[in-house]
Amino acid sequence: MSLLVICDHDRGTLSDASLEALTFGRPLAAAAGLEMAAVVIGEGADAAAAGLGAHGASTVHVASHPLLTDFGPEAWGETVVQLVRGTGATAVLACGTDRGNEVVAQVAARLDQPFVANCRSVDPTGDGSGNWTMTRVQWGGSLLEDATLTAEIRLVTVAHHVVEGVAAEAPASGTMVSFVPELDDALARTVVADRVVLTRGITLSTAPVVVGGGRGVGSAEAFAPLEELAGELGGVVGCSRAVTNNGWRPHSDQVGQTGTRIAPEIYIASGISGAIQHWVGAMAAKNILAINTDREANMVTRAGHAVIGDLHQVIPAVIEEVRRRRG
Amino acid sequence: MRILVCVKRVPAPGARINVTADGQTVDAAHLGFTTSPHEECAVEEAVQLTEAHGGEVTVMTLGPVAAEEQLRYAASVGAHHFVLIPIDDVDWDPQRTASALAEAIAAVEETNGAFDLILFGNESADAGGFQVGVRVANHLGRPIVNGIKGIEIGGEQGGELDEGVATARREIDGGFEVYNVPMPAVLGVKEGINLPRYPTMKGRLASKKAVVDTDERTVEAGGQVRLRLHRPVEQISETVILGTGPEAAPAVVDLLEELGVLS
Repeated sequence: MSLLVICDHDRGTLSDASLEALTFGRPLAAAAGLEMAAVVIGEGADAAAAGLGAHGASTVHVASHPLLTDFGPEAWGETVVQLVRGTGATAVLACGTDRGNEVVAQVAARLDQPFVANCRSVDPTGDGSGNWTMTRVQWGGSLLEDATLTAEIRLVTVAHHVVEGVAAEAPASGTMVSFVPELDDALARTVVADRVVLTRGITLSTAPVVVGGGRGVGSAEAFAPLEELAGELGGVVGCSRAVTNNGWRPHSDQVGQTGTRIAPEIYIASGISGAIQHWVGAMAAKNILAINTDREANMVTRAGHAVIGDLHQVIPAVIEEVRRRRG
Repeated sequence: MRILVCVKRVPAPGARINVTADGQTVDAAHLGFTTSPHEECAVEEAVQLTEAHGGEVTVMTLGPVAAEEQLRYAASVGAHHFVLIPIDDVDWDPQRTASALAEAIAAVEETNGAFDLILFGNESADAGGFQVGVRVANHLGRPIVNGIKGIEIGGEQGGELDEGVATARREIDGGFEVYNVPMPAVLGVKEGINLPRYPTMKGRLASKKAVVDTDERTVEAGGQVRLRLHRPVEQISETVILGTGPEAAPAVVDLLEELGVLS
């Protein structure tokens, strides 16, 4: 009996999210008395699979099939379903990224089993009658829900950024086993047909520094100093929902529950009041510096550091100081 | 083309969300309600697609009777037909919700034929179960892709343009993926696909006359049971004020140096 962890990767490089799932999965499997196995799907899966023993996977299933070379939610879901049936796995775990939640939802729909998304903690000893209990996030993390899960096959995801992905203290064997599912040609209907790259290098979700602007910035043009500061610090610009609703920035720059979740070393939130939907997208930042004229703004009271003042004066002064120190 | 959009009524929270004494739901005593943001964009997308290609938009919701307000809002921005699946005030679990929606959709389609496109929000703003659309698509035997931030009707299939295909764009880090999904299809839509319009006066008036069909469904509960909702314990940290106005710049840069982001 095993806990099967779905690991996502980009052409052979495991995602941080997958390492989080494995880190979350180790104590869960131990407490549930299950062996921890992993599955890696698609092109480059071999390379991604190689390091999983160090993360505690005793068996690593490497799934390949012509329909699995690129991502397809139905083909991936069906692959996991066949693996669950073939190996007798009694639980499946993934990280609650968009892709992770989508694939597990596909598994859940196909197996007609419940699926609890975005857990913060899972207790497999639960209520003592075989049910698991868990705490999961609602409202993007501003509310928590305690729930029970009654199922033959337990399907859960762990909310992104709840744990940090670290290697196991005691590595497992990581034995690689190849798996070729039987997939209906019809599943090609939801396989990625094309891929368009707009920006290379750092993005909002991976940037070490994010300079965020809110309603207080005032206009699309007034984001120029924020861009400049982000450029100086090797970061990118983000924004609040008010900004995208005003058409000042594209939605792909939006930080928040319905935008991007960021986790930079520092988030410089300027002219942002800190509505709850924005906060949940920013709260995984390691440090937050708020720049705001209102000392009582949510963003200021929740930030580790703050400057009280007009961002239009503060940000140019910070840029100047950065340049001065660099000579 | 005929498009169905499934929407959810959710509270419009301010800076803080409170929970009722029994922990079963959000205390909405002082809150307004709205359509969950991804779904508001899904309604707008459906209206735009029918404006471009002809056809009609049906909006369906599973929720308290008061969710009629969200259906009438959809009417005010251009949707045509409305179905309410009434439940008590507390959320149904995702499996139960999906089964009821799938049954209600099948009932509409039995009379009027299959919808070309069914749109869901990627996830609801409140419960965020990330699965109802996928379960409904599976019940109906249709393809679904989530995370969609662009839809065009007509796509390349085997080297030829096919009007029966929806070309959908899904945002990924630094770019997007393209899917050519044969219709009838289901798509999970994300905010940012469009900027929803505001209702016009004419729209508001029309929405008052909109006919809302009620379809009661009795469906078994699923395996996920809510025990209680609670607010996370906030780490109350004293905010260090680095200074006031531009004079604070040196202190800010000290902090950046300390964090090692000033390489």
